[in-house]
Amino acid sequence: MALDPTQPYELHSQVALRPEPFGALAYHYGNRRLTFLKSAEMVDLVSQLDRHPSVNAALDSVGIPSERRDAYLRSLVALEASEVIHAR
Amino acid sequence: MLVDQLKTGLDAPICLTWELTYACNLACVHCLSSSGRRDPDELSTAEAKAVIDELQAMQVFYINIGGGEPMVRPDFFELLEYAIDHRVGVKFSTNGTKLDAEKAVRLAAMDYLDVQISLDGATAEINDKVRGEGSHAASIRAMENLAAANFGPFKISVVITRDNVTQLDAFQAIADTYGAELRLTRLRPSGRGADTWHELHPTNDQQRLLYNWLLDHPRTLTGDSFFHLSAFGEALPGLNLCGAGRVVCLIDPVGDVYACPFVLHDEFRAGNVRDVGGFTNVWRSSDLFTSLREPQSPGACGSCGSYDSCQGGCMAAKFFTGLPLDGPDPECVLGNADDALASVGSGSAPNPGPGHSKPVAVTLSSRPTPRSLPALTPR
Ligand code: SF4
Ligand code: SF4
Repeated sequence: MALDPTQPYELHSQVALRPEPFGALAYHYGNRRLTFLKSAEMVDLVSQLDRHPSVNAALDSVGIPSERRDAYLRSLVALEASEVIHAR
Repeated sequence: MLVDQLKTGLDAPICLTWELTYACNLACVHCLSSSGRRDPDELSTAEAKAVIDELQAMQVFYINIGGGEPMVRPDFFELLEYAIDHRVGVKFSTNGTKLDAEKAVRLAAMDYLDVQISLDGATAEINDKVRGEGSHAASIRAMENLAAANFGPFKISVVITRDNVTQLDAFQAIADTYGAELRLTRLRPSGRGADTWHELHPTNDQQRLLYNWLLDHPRTLTGDSFFHLSAFGEALPGLNLCGAGRVVCLIDPVGDVYACPFVLHDEFRAGNVRDVGGFTNVWRSSDLFTSLREPQSPGACGSCGSYDSCQGGCMAAKFFTGLPLDGPDPECVLGNADDALASVGSGSAPNPGPGHSKPVAVTLSSRPTPRSLPALTPR
């Protein structure tokens, strides 16, 4: 199922984020997958998802400009596939 | 690029191996840590728990526990439970001899736990030649116990040698029988493996066979240990880099921290978890790890078109075969190390030291090794 940016999302409760110089490592204790979040904005975005009524609102709040939204949405789709984030 | 950033180091390791004891009831001829006898200075239960506390604070999500044979430590389950309760997941490697039906049930009840059973031959004949008589049967028994306890997909870990590289499909079949995952790793000339490497490492034709098999079986776990094979063609999946001191490190039974599990040598010892500042300080600030995170010179590999994916191979393999660290891997698939390897004088490669081998293993493995290795009797 495709990620719907008008819907609310959140970080999976079994995922821990570890800050690193390049962004963060996300580790899922359930499926034991390690994922790289490759920028500080991405880390901000993912950790704020639960505070916004939709993915779009979270993107606004982090200040992602419209020309970079598609790239961010593609990354979020990948993060949903690896169960780092999910719809809430 | 991410790989470039990984090379400059992380705030905490991704792949941390912790050898809990040098004690082992087997005496494998290729043992990377020359294990056998317990070291009297091994970390106590309280010291080991303090290390786990530190790992939790650093957000090390999981660790690989090995040895020696970790299950011979009387506090093995206590430490396992302590780590898991502190959100430090565990994968531990075992020779399986102590993994009876009752322990399998106990393990199956734990979360965040992976078990890896060592098996170095699909048949007893091949396996027992390196791991000792009866060890194949012991590994299989452990697998049966885990399967009967519904542990789930455990891992079968194979060190690829000249003798077992022809058994890849047979290993896969064993894994399928038990619903297990197959993990293949590279033989490195570390520990007692330094004495046996020349006879046991795969030939270049066998390396090609292995490379093709890995491409055909992309779900095989390898710990990214075969990235030097990428020079055959397309890169294998995984991180193509030597992670030593950058994303990888080892804590040995007495608390010494090394750049990777395959370089137990003073030159690659960064500090000790008992030092002021503990493991955190060793990882973040030791001179050795700082220097390993600086850009490394490709040396003689610089003109090679495969350097991007091959990266000149494994530092440990070069070090213990006496080759320069900024040059080709001893198993360079293009043969670029063959001359240098032939000219390393006998006895001039760094000595991995006496280690913790029991007397019997030292006698057998320090003699010039005959073509077929003597079977060692487990004690
Ligand atoms: S030295 Fe070899 S085994 Fe160790 S991290 Fe580097 S490539 Fe891997
Ligand atoms: S010359 Fe160096 S980089 Fe090229 S294939 Fe050999 S080891 Fe790898």
